[in-house]
Amino acid sequence: MFEILMILSLIILTLAILLNIYRVIKGPSSADRVQALDSIGINLIAGIAIFSVYLDTHAFFELILLIGILSFVGTIAFARFIERGVVIERKR
Amino acid sequence: MSLLHFIILLPFFAAIIIPYIYKKFNAKIHTGWFVVVIPLVILIHLALQIPNISTGDTILLSMPWIPSLGINFDIYVDGLALLFGLIISGIGTLVVFYSIFYMDKKREELHNFYVYLLLFMGAMLGLVVSDNVFVLYTLWELTSVSSFLLIAYWYERKKSRAGALKAMIITVFGGLAMLAGLILLTMITDTYSLREMFANVTLITESSLFIPAMVLILIGAFTKSAQYPFSIWLPDAMEAPTPISAYLHSATMVKAGIYLVARMTPIFGGNAAWFWMVGGIGVITLIYGSVRAVRQTDLKALLAFSTISQLGLIMSLLGVGSAALYFDIGDAQEIYAFAIFAALFHLFNHSTFKGALFMVVGIIDHETGTRDIRRLGGLMSIMPLTFTIALIGSLSMAGLPPFNGFLSKEMFFTGMLSASEISFFTLEELTILFPIIAWVASVFTFIYCLILLVRPFFGTFKPDKLPKEKIHEAPVGMLIPPAILGALVVLIFFFPNLLANYILKPALISVIPGMTMETVPFKITAWHGFQTELWMTIGVIVLGSILFVAIKKWNIAFRVYPDKLSLNYLYSNGIENLEQGSASFTNRYMTGSIRHYLLYIFVFIVLILGTALIVFDAITFDFSNNAYVTVYDIGILAAMVAATFTVLFTKNRITAIVALGAVGYLMVMLFVIFRAPDLAMTQMVVETATTVLFLLCFYHLPKLEKKIEKMKFKVTNLVVSLAVGVTMTVLTLVATGHQLFTPITTFFENAYELAGAKNIVNAILVDFRGFDTMLEIAVLLIAGIGVYTLVKLQHKGSDSDEAGTK
Repeated sequence: MFEILMILSLIILTLAILLNIYRVIKGPSSADRVQALDSIGINLIAGIAIFSVYLDTHAFFELILLIGILSFVGTIAFARFIERGVVIERKR
Repeated sequence: MSLLHFIILLPFFAAIIIPYIYKKFNAKIHTGWFVVVIPLVILIHLALQIPNISTGDTILLSMPWIPSLGINFDIYVDGLALLFGLIISGIGTLVVFYSIFYMDKKREELHNFYVYLLLFMGAMLGLVVSDNVFVLYTLWELTSVSSFLLIAYWYERKKSRAGALKAMIITVFGGLAMLAGLILLTMITDTYSLREMFANVTLITESSLFIPAMVLILIGAFTKSAQYPFSIWLPDAMEAPTPISAYLHSATMVKAGIYLVARMTPIFGGNAAWFWMVGGIGVITLIYGSVRAVRQTDLKALLAFSTISQLGLIMSLLGVGSAALYFDIGDAQEIYAFAIFAALFHLFNHSTFKGALFMVVGIIDHETGTRDIRRLGGLMSIMPLTFTIALIGSLSMAGLPPFNGFLSKEMFFTGMLSASEISFFTLEELTILFPIIAWVASVFTFIYCLILLVRPFFGTFKPDKLPKEKIHEAPVGMLIPPAILGALVVLIFFFPNLLANYILKPALISVIPGMTMETVPFKITAWHGFQTELWMTIGVIVLGSILFVAIKKWNIAFRVYPDKLSLNYLYSNGIENLEQGSASFTNRYMTGSIRHYLLYIFVFIVLILGTALIVFDAITFDFSNNAYVTVYDIGILAAMVAATFTVLFTKNRITAIVALGAVGYLMVMLFVIFRAPDLAMTQMVVETATTVLFLLCFYHLPKLEKKIEKMKFKVTNLVVSLAVGVTMTVLTLVATGHQLFTPITTFFENAYELAGAKNIVNAILVDFRGFDTMLEIAVLLIAGIGVYTLVKLQHKGSDSDEAGTK
């Protein structure tokens, strides 16, 4: 019963990812796409967490933290790029 | 290393020392005086071998060079090698002596000259005594190289360089063909020694490689000896200084091919193909050279064509003489062996009179400043000594008594007449052509010999046409060497059997195995009654004289011959077309576009892998070991495929970057599903870093060409990419279905016991296979340094300049 629940939630998360991909493809603006990518990251965190419970392992916990940080960094990078045209500004 | 080895290698040792001597003494003493000692020593040493060799003995000495490969500098001195050795060292001495007076010690770079000359001399000497085929080939090429250097001695002249290049291309082409032929021979007989090849003649004649080996070796011999149609390099080689022309291009190097043919006769002789190739090409060269010589207005060019013609004569005699080795020839062997004898005799004679003639031409050139026969005339009373030598040389070449050319010409006719009686080879009806062509060629020979003699020395003296003002006789030193050769020409006529008994007969028995000193019956006589040969000679003289007198009437006929059919035109045109053809071929596929190169690479991959899969019938699938597939696997994959297609079809670069990021992130999920936490973490970090880098690059795209548009569609790209994808997919599926051996993962599962690590992946990375990790760290380091240098160490200014012009 518990396992079915896990798999069911995994499937639902996959569906969510697919829908996010649809948004990545469709757009219409860059901001939409970046948002979708960020959202995929969050979905991944959830998916990996459920997967860890499902497999009964600690091995993926660091990964969860890492995705949290990096998808944040990635989103910030995109945001800066869209807003200012550069990711890292030079200090003069 | 024996004394003889030392003697043979002496020129090489001397070539090392000469530049020092030149630097030290040249201001006072002409370097040639030091050089002339070397060929003289060699000549004396070789002459001391005559008593030994003339009894039929041979000398065999070995010196290890590359013993592990069986390549040794083995010296094998028999009659043939001694004959050539004497010619090389004898003419060498005279030529060096002559060059002392010909080459100015102040204006010429004598150290270059003598080093090249000594290199050539050593190579040529080593070539004729070498028993090992690879040593023979090495020295053969060394003669080509040193000849190249000598022809281009005045390297600031364009014609010298062109002539040297042409000679180099043609002779090296032949040399390489010869190497292939020699290798075939070693493959058949399993030995590198010429003597052992002679012992295994039946093995060679029965081999299927007999004809290829023969043709390849003959190409080598024909190119070196300027036989038709490879003769074109010799007239252009006349740009060399005259002593070089006299030495290399009349007496020695061009006879290397003759030597090779004579040397190989015991192996290939007696075969119809050899007879027709050597004899036929020889006769063609003979007539070609003599007819062309008549046209020339430059004395050296005339002598060059006459050399070609005379070499053809010797070659044709060797071809006819090879019939003596036909297996059931019986008593007739003597008749054909006589042709070989005549060839060797004429070989020696030709070296004497042609060397003298070249030196005479050199004197004329040196004293008057021109070699053009249209500007020369009436030199007889001004240069009486030179004239005498020229008279001896040219009449000997024409084949008149009392000079040695007469003897060998008579013997040549005898040989050619005997060729017409050959009845055991294929195409025997054609052999009747031999004496006819030979006779016609002799008529032309007679004509050009008269031109050579009459045009410069008789007629009116034309001082206004000559570049130099005071024309006088040459210095004595310059006259001595041709005088010695001229004396030899006369002496050999009166005492031919001295030469024949001591030198020619031992040479003959090394060309025709089975003959011994006792059984060689030949005797050279100047007078043997009113025979066909004598009538032929008289005919030559009569017709030749008539034609010479009337030369202006029929000389026009040469103009009818179109230039486009000449061998030179074919050669230069061929070279030009070859260059243009290869240039346009290279330009056609080396387009400079990476897209095309990638296309070649991918098509090649698909073709190779695809054909391999099909040819070896390898496309079999086995899915029995596959794991089950879950719904979320499919979902993630579907998302990845969708993102990938977005990358391909998007119009917007930033969309492509985002979609690529999505692919990377989804990859992380796949790693998680397949239980690879370390990979997933690394993938996550790398993916983020890459995305940020993409964004960095995106900003730096040039402004003008920044057009945001869809990727252009090309059918070839689609086909090739689909083919690559399909091939790789099939290959992967086939490969995963065939597990031949058990994997070694069980070993790594002992990571805790062996390495004290609970994480297998990390244990493999830093412990079991730490070496790879180290090098990957190095790769990252190099990449980092590379990026740093690319960013920091740019040419400042050049970028802004380009931006400015744009």
